[in-house]
Amino acid sequence: MKRMRRYVRNNAVPLALLAPAVMIILVVVLLPLIFSFYTGFTNYRLIRPESLWDFIGLRNYARVLTDADFWAALWRTVLFLTVALNLEMLLGLCLALMVNRITWGQRTMRTIMMFPMMFSPILVGFQFKYMFNDTIGVVNNALQSLGLSQKAIPFLVDRWLAFGSIAFAEIWMSTSIFAILILAGLFAMPRDPIEAARVDGCTSWQVFRHITLPFLMPFIYIAMTIRSLDVARAYDIVDVMTGGGPAGRTELLWTLIARTAYDDARMGRANAMAYVSILLSIFFTWFFFRKLMAARQHLGAF
Amino acid sequence: MAEVSLRKVIKRYGQMEVVHGIDLEIAHNEFVVLVGPSGCGKSTTLRMIAGLEEISDGEIAIGGKVVNRLPPRQRNISMVFQNYALYPHMTVRENLGFSLKIAGKAREEIDRAADEAAQILGLTPYMDRTPGELSGGQRQRVAMGRAIVRHPDVFLFDEPLSNLDAKLRSQMRIEIKKLHQTVATTVVYVTHDQVEAMTLADRIVIMRDGHIVQTGTPLDVFERPVNTFVATFIGSPAMNLVDGMAEGGAIRLSDNVRVPLPHGFAALAEGQRVTFGFRADNLMPLGHGLAETGEVATLELPVSLAEPLGAETLLLAEIAGKEVQAKMMHPRPVSPGEVLKFQLALDYCHLFDAESGVRLERKRDHGTD
Ligand SMILES: Nc1ncnc2c1ncn2[C@@H]1O[C@H](COP(=O)(O)OP(=O)(O)OP(=O)(O)O)[C@@H](O)[C@H]1O
Ligand SMILES: [Mg+2]
Repeated sequence: MKRMRRYVRNNAVPLALLAPAVMIILVVVLLPLIFSFYTGFTNYRLIRPESLWDFIGLRNYARVLTDADFWAALWRTVLFLTVALNLEMLLGLCLALMVNRITWGQRTMRTIMMFPMMFSPILVGFQFKYMFNDTIGVVNNALQSLGLSQKAIPFLVDRWLAFGSIAFAEIWMSTSIFAILILAGLFAMPRDPIEAARVDGCTSWQVFRHITLPFLMPFIYIAMTIRSLDVARAYDIVDVMTGGGPAGRTELLWTLIARTAYDDARMGRANAMAYVSILLSIFFTWFFFRKLMAARQHLGAF
Repeated sequence: MAEVSLRKVIKRYGQMEVVHGIDLEIAHNEFVVLVGPSGCGKSTTLRMIAGLEEISDGEIAIGGKVVNRLPPRQRNISMVFQNYALYPHMTVRENLGFSLKIAGKAREEIDRAADEAAQILGLTPYMDRTPGELSGGQRQRVAMGRAIVRHPDVFLFDEPLSNLDAKLRSQMRIEIKKLHQTVATTVVYVTHDQVEAMTLADRIVIMRDGHIVQTGTPLDVFERPVNTFVATFIGSPAMNLVDGMAEGGAIRLSDNVRVPLPHGFAALAEGQRVTFGFRADNLMPLGHGLAETGEVATLELPVSLAEPLGAETLLLAEIAGKEVQAKMMHPRPVSPGEVLKFQLALDYCHLFDAESGVRLERKRDHGTD
C-alpha cells in the first residue's frame, strides 16, 4: 500500500494524463461488456427491467447449448461463411488478375470495381429482395420471358434457393474487398521471381501456382480475416431479404440473437448466445491470423 | 551443340528503338561477355535471347533452331538475374530443385542434383534456409546453383556480381570461370565492369547505344580498339587521349610537346587532326619502368598528382593542359609540380581520327621494324 502510494506520487503527471483515456475505455468498452456478460446469467427481459436482478446462473447457457435452433443457426452461419468467403476469394482473385493484366483504363476499372461497396448493405438487401421476388422480380421475369423457366421460381422461399440468394447478394457486395487487396498484392509483387520461373521451365499456370499464389496468400488471408468477422456478424442483408424466414429456414446466428433479444425480449438468453457466437468469430480470426503469419514468414525476403 | 546466333535483331519499345539490328554469332561452349555503359541495351539483348522480351525484328537461333516464337521454357536456357530473383518462399534446396521438379523429375534425382550443385558452390550447410536468411554472396551462389542444376544449353548471366563487394566479386569471378571449365556450356554474360569482361571472356562484345561497337578477344579489344569509345572503355586506368595534329613527321600535341610519328603512320597527311592515345603503362618516368626495346619518345611533363599504390605509383601528368595518367615502377616520392622526364613507348600508341574517333591503322608495308 505504501509502495503504491509512493508510486502514484512519483508518477503523478503521467498518471493524471493517462486517466481520461483509461476512463473512456472503461466507460465505453468495459462497462457494456461486463453488463452484457452479467445479463447472460440473469433472466433479464427487456420489458421487465426488474428481472435484471433475477440471477439464474448458467441456465441461459445450458438452454442455448441444447437448443436445436441455435445449433442450426450456428451451422448455417458457418456454411454461409465458408461459401461466401471461398466464392468471394475465387471471384476476387480472378477479377484482380484480369484487372492487373489490362494496361489501358486500369484506374477506371479499379474504381468501378469498388462500386458495390459504396452502397449500404440494407439497400443492397432490398435491391436483391426485389430482384429475386417471385412475382415482380426481374430475375424471374427475365427467366420466364426468355423461356428458360415455365413458372415463377421461389428464390426467397425455398430453403437452398433463399440461402443461395442471400449468399449471392453478400458476394456481390463484398467480392471487391478481396479483389482490391489481391490487386494490391499483385502491384507489390516483384517481377524477377516470375521471370526466373519462366526460364526454369514453368508454364503460365505453373508460374501462378508456384510463385504468384504463394506471394498473394498473405493478402488473401488479410481479406479472409476481415471478411470472416464481417460475415460472422451478418445481419442486415439477411434480415431485409428473408428476415431469417420463412420458418427459420435462413436463420443465421445474429438474426436469431436479434429475434430472441428484441422480438421475444429475452435479453439474458440473447446475450448468452452472443457470447457463444463471439467464440466463433474469435476462432476464425485466430485461424486466419495464424495462416497469415505462416505465409508471411516465408516471404521474408521480398 | 548450342551455338547462339543473333541476326539483325531489333528491339523497340513502342516507337523507341533501343537495340538497332545486332548481328552476333556465338560458338558452342564459348564464353561471350556483353559489356557497355548503362542503358546501352545489354540486358535487353540478353532478355531477348532468354525469351523474356519479344524480338521486334530479326532472328535469334539457339543450336541452329530459330527461337523467336518459343517461350523461355522451350529454349533450354538458364539465367542468373542481377537481383538473384530467388523464390523467397522456398528453401535453398527447393530453389535449387525447382526447375527439375517442374520438369517432373523423380524426387531422388532432384535431391541428388541439388546436393551436387550445393557441393560445387559450397551451399551444403544452408540447404534448409530460405533466401531471406542468406547473405548476398550466398544468395548469389544459390542463383548460380539454380542455373547449373538443369544442364542447360546456354547460360545467361545479367550482371550477377554487381551487388557484391569487391573481394567477394573477384572470388565469384574465379568461381564462374571454374564453373565454365567444369560444365562446358555456352555462356552469355552481361556486365558493365570491364575488368569482369577482360578476365572472364573468350570474346568480348562491346555495345553502345544499342549497337555493337567491337567484337573480339580480350587482347584484341585491348590492343586494337576500333575507336576512342572502346579505347577508353576497356582497360584500367582508361587510355589517355590527347588531341593533336600531324606536322612535319611528328604529332604536335601542344606548342612544346611533339611526339615522333609512330611506325606505320608515315602516310598521315600534313595538318591532319588526330587523337593520340596511349595507356598509363606506356608512359613512365625515365629509370622507373621497363627499358623499352622499340621506339621511344622522351617527354618532359609536369606532374600534378601522385597516387602511390605500393608496387607502383600512378602519376597525373599534364600535356597541353590535359591530364594524362602515367605509371611509375619502383616508385620514389614525387612532389606536385615537379617536372619529370617521361618515356613513351610509341609501339603501343594508338591514333584515332579526331572527327569520328575511328582507329587509324598502321600500314605494315614500310616494314622498317
Ligand atoms: N520496358 C521498357 N520500356 C521502355 N524502354 C525500356 C524498357 N526497358 C528498357 N528500356 C530502355 O532500353 C534501353 C536499354 O536498356 P537495358 O536494360 O538493356 O540497358 P543495360 O545495357 O542493361 O543497362 P544497365 O547496365 O544499366 O543494366 C535503355 O535506354 C532503357 O531506357
Ligand atoms: Mg541491365
